[in-house]
Amino acid sequence: MRIRPSDITPRSVYLRRRDFLALGAAGAGALLLPRRSSAAETPHGRKLEGVKAGQPSTDEKKTPFNEVTQYNNFYEFGTDKDDPARHAGKLQTRPWTVKVEGECAKPRTFDIDELLKLPVEERVYRLRCVEAWSMVIPWDGFPLAALLEKVQPTSRAKFVAFESSVQKENMPGVGAFGAIPFPYLEGLRIDEATHPLTLLAVGIYGEELPKQDGAPIRLVVPWKYGFKSAKSIVKIRLQETQPATTWAQYAGGTEYGFYANVNPEVDHPRWSQAKERRIGEVFRKPTLKFNGYGDQVAKLYEGMDLRKFF
Amino acid sequence: MEKAARQPWIKPLVFLAALSPLLWLASRAVRGTLGPDPVAEVLNRLGLYAICLLFCSLACTPLQILLGWTWPLRVRRMLGLFAFFYGCLHLSTYVFVDQGLDLRGIGKDIAKRRFVTVGFAAWCALLPLAVTSTQGWVKRLGFRRWKALHRLAYLAAALACVHFIWRFKTALLQPVLFTAVLAVLLGTRLAARVRRPPRSMGVVSESR
Repeated sequence: MRIRPSDITPRSVYLRRRDFLALGAAGAGALLLPRRSSAAETPHGRKLEGVKAGQPSTDEKKTPFNEVTQYNNFYEFGTDKDDPARHAGKLQTRPWTVKVEGECAKPRTFDIDELLKLPVEERVYRLRCVEAWSMVIPWDGFPLAALLEKVQPTSRAKFVAFESSVQKENMPGVGAFGAIPFPYLEGLRIDEATHPLTLLAVGIYGEELPKQDGAPIRLVVPWKYGFKSAKSIVKIRLQETQPATTWAQYAGGTEYGFYANVNPEVDHPRWSQAKERRIGEVFRKPTLKFNGYGDQVAKLYEGMDLRKFF
Repeated sequence: MEKAARQPWIKPLVFLAALSPLLWLASRAVRGTLGPDPVAEVLNRLGLYAICLLFCSLACTPLQILLGWTWPLRVRRMLGLFAFFYGCLHLSTYVFVDQGLDLRGIGKDIAKRRFVTVGFAAWCALLPLAVTSTQGWVKRLGFRRWKALHRLAYLAAALACVHFIWRFKTALLQPVLFTAVLAVLLGTRLAARVRRPPRSMGVVSESR
């Protein structure tokens, strides 16, 4: 084989071989740099019609739409806070049905467009995440009780279980490497589920629920940590026994309890729940028991040791 | 030494590379693109940079063993000091901003929460290494003792990995990867030690 002079690495280049390696290392280091965070405006959705102001609503400063739609925990789309905003666009929200079954006289499957015709009201609620941050969100929705009424729960209906949608091909967080098992399962006691504060939300800020916030329909239970408020619900089951739920049973087992009422006196296994950071503020503020809704819900837990049933 | 003369730009280049994540973070702060929870973002990024630089400093000797490169040894001290620097910024962000200097809350966190405990322990392990990073301290302690002390860097890295893993609700890829890399780095050194006895001081020590 003949080697042409042009095939030979020039001596000057050969002598600098280590420099190229250094350059390669620098390049590898650059990969560790943070990816650009999206500071862009979240696109707005369809306006909801006939939304009436509802009570109770807090008059605290609302967390801006962009923050509510770009800082989410929705593990079906990934574990980073900006993953849902980046990936939830693929979620298919039509056709969509919500099956209500179990201990009830008239089990039924509701089409989402039928549910959207129910009278919708705006409730401005505090949302306290178990991770010790919080927001103030204007939800548009109707009391869960209004839906449960339609199926006529029997006396054996002691609990309500919620199941979130799984669309494997549209959800990058679902699969063998998913952080937690899916479908996401949540549950409430029947008196919690029918409490007037408990909402099924179909929108925020007067427009249809953005996909990253749990479109097309999600639960909102303002006195409990955010993870109790299941997103993108496809099934609601009335049952006699306490349902197994994702964070209490399936994801590691000891992350948090079934009740998960906001409680500054009961620590998370890895951090204090005494304070929270309101998104948009720098320093933490004290967390209120039952997220400040104690005068309305504390009676549900009379005689219960909330350190045990956390 | 001959190479040091030939590649005078290595130290400034590595210095800039190690500083660039902080400049990037500062520029994001100025442009307001740190996201909805800037405090958490800054805290987490500084912690990640501290771990990355600690790993870079620990990779220097294995690179020399495996590939025969000597230039990383010349920047090892700088990388270690940068790791401590980012660790200090991470800790200060936690103490002054995240906790708002709530000393009781911080004390409780360190005592009660194992992920905070190990994170703080990792910073404590780095502190004497930063203090004794000068040539003067190498002489004062004697090279053998100085070297033994500086093996704490591996303890700090292991604690940092545990801190990283325990922070999350679920097992996540990134902290597990870091732990795997640490095992490779430490394994390379151990394998080299088994194959031949520890080298004499002249080869391993940082040339200046």
